[in-house]
Amino acid sequence: MIFHISSRTGVPPYLQIVHQVKQDIRLGLVKGGDKLPAVREVVTMIAINPNTVVKAYRELENQGFIEKRAGIGTFVTKQPAGPSPDVQSALLDKLEVWMEEAKNADLDEEAVEALFHTAQRNKRGDQRGTDGKK
Amino acid sequence: MEQTVKSKASEAVHTRGLGKCYGSFWALKDCTISVPRGSVTALVGPNGAGKTSLLKLLVGLNSSSAGEIAVLGQTPSETTNYLSSIGYLAQEIPLYNQFTALEHFAIGKHMDTNWNNELAVKRLQELRIPLDRRVGKLSGGQRAQVGLAMALAKRPQLLLLDEPVAALDPLARMDFLASLAQAVTDADGELTVIMSSHLLADLERVCDRVIILAAGETQLCDDVDHVLKSHKLLVGHSGELPKHEGMSVIQEVRSSTATHAIVRLNNLKLAIPGWHVRDVDIEEVVLAYMGQSRDMAADERGER
Repeated sequence: MIFHISSRTGVPPYLQIVHQVKQDIRLGLVKGGDKLPAVREVVTMIAINPNTVVKAYRELENQGFIEKRAGIGTFVTKQPAGPSPDVQSALLDKLEVWMEEAKNADLDEEAVEALFHTAQRNKRGDQRGTDGKK
Repeated sequence: MEQTVKSKASEAVHTRGLGKCYGSFWALKDCTISVPRGSVTALVGPNGAGKTSLLKLLVGLNSSSAGEIAVLGQTPSETTNYLSSIGYLAQEIPLYNQFTALEHFAIGKHMDTNWNNELAVKRLQELRIPLDRRVGKLSGGQRAQVGLAMALAKRPQLLLLDEPVAALDPLARMDFLASLAQAVTDADGELTVIMSSHLLADLERVCDRVIILAAGETQLCDDVDHVLKSHKLLVGHSGELPKHEGMSVIQEVRSSTATHAIVRLNNLKLAIPGWHVRDVDIEEVVLAYMGQSRDMAADERGER
């Protein structure tokens, strides 16, 4: 598994690792039972603080994507948490309908992205409870 | 003037109101920082912000003019005991050009009871740096690696690096940072690093904490992830930013049509209606603090 860290995103490096592992699992690049590189290997590969890697792995463990086996290493869990392919493709269909509407309304890709991120942010605000919103 | 401060065992460095003045010029004033053991801290700020002054105070090369300081639980002006636990690599990487790396190590072995020669040799062999060539004939990146190997061979608890990668090309810089990160990994929480640098993008990946010094004062001393979480760019139509208790404005730029402001949210859940909130990277945060202190200095001189 190969990691990349960009310092221009505003996303903390540990979260970038979390996202990359999850993405690779989704894309099927790593499968249940595969071994993740040891902390020291990641450190050597991308010149990164070991605490950052530890933090990322801990986060992935909490989310159920990976598990530690004492003395052997860190492995991708057999059944990665997350929605089934059916649910995902149903959601994708709905999104494509929406995309068509946006296109008909003359929204360009950037406008679509802006709306998407706003909706995502609003959603995040909802989840935090009522004190986040006025 | 210097007082011992009660520092927690979990802290490698603790200062409160620390200051250093030369004549009537304060190179460093009111510096309050806390550096947890096992962390890697970036020390950033414009030239003349007091970075080198602070590092020199920590290794006892300077004595303080005000405030409190504790390094590995000791007061630098009272004792030199702790120095054997400190590795310090000065900006100019002081090595003897006529000596080889092995000859440098031989000096270290004689001067340091804790010296681990094997470790230093192995480190350079892994990097394929010739041990028997005069260091004056080595590249800048290789010399920096020899300097780092020397500083690490004494197995320090605290490693202080003053602009170690400033003069290196991008590849040598990455190699140096990888060596440093490896050393931190191998020390398993027993090594604390404070590193000053201007290269902010590099720091973000290797450092888990950041100290921003500007105009001789501490602007920020915090965990990098928390800094990224708590600092946001607000973009809106031109007009007054709403005043919130949970928010401090670090830098505000206004044009006739729009206002951009980098703010620190003391309450992470704070919502600011009518403003777009964007994430910022560490470089933007540091530049905002530097800009703020420059503006304040100009105000004091009555230039604005």
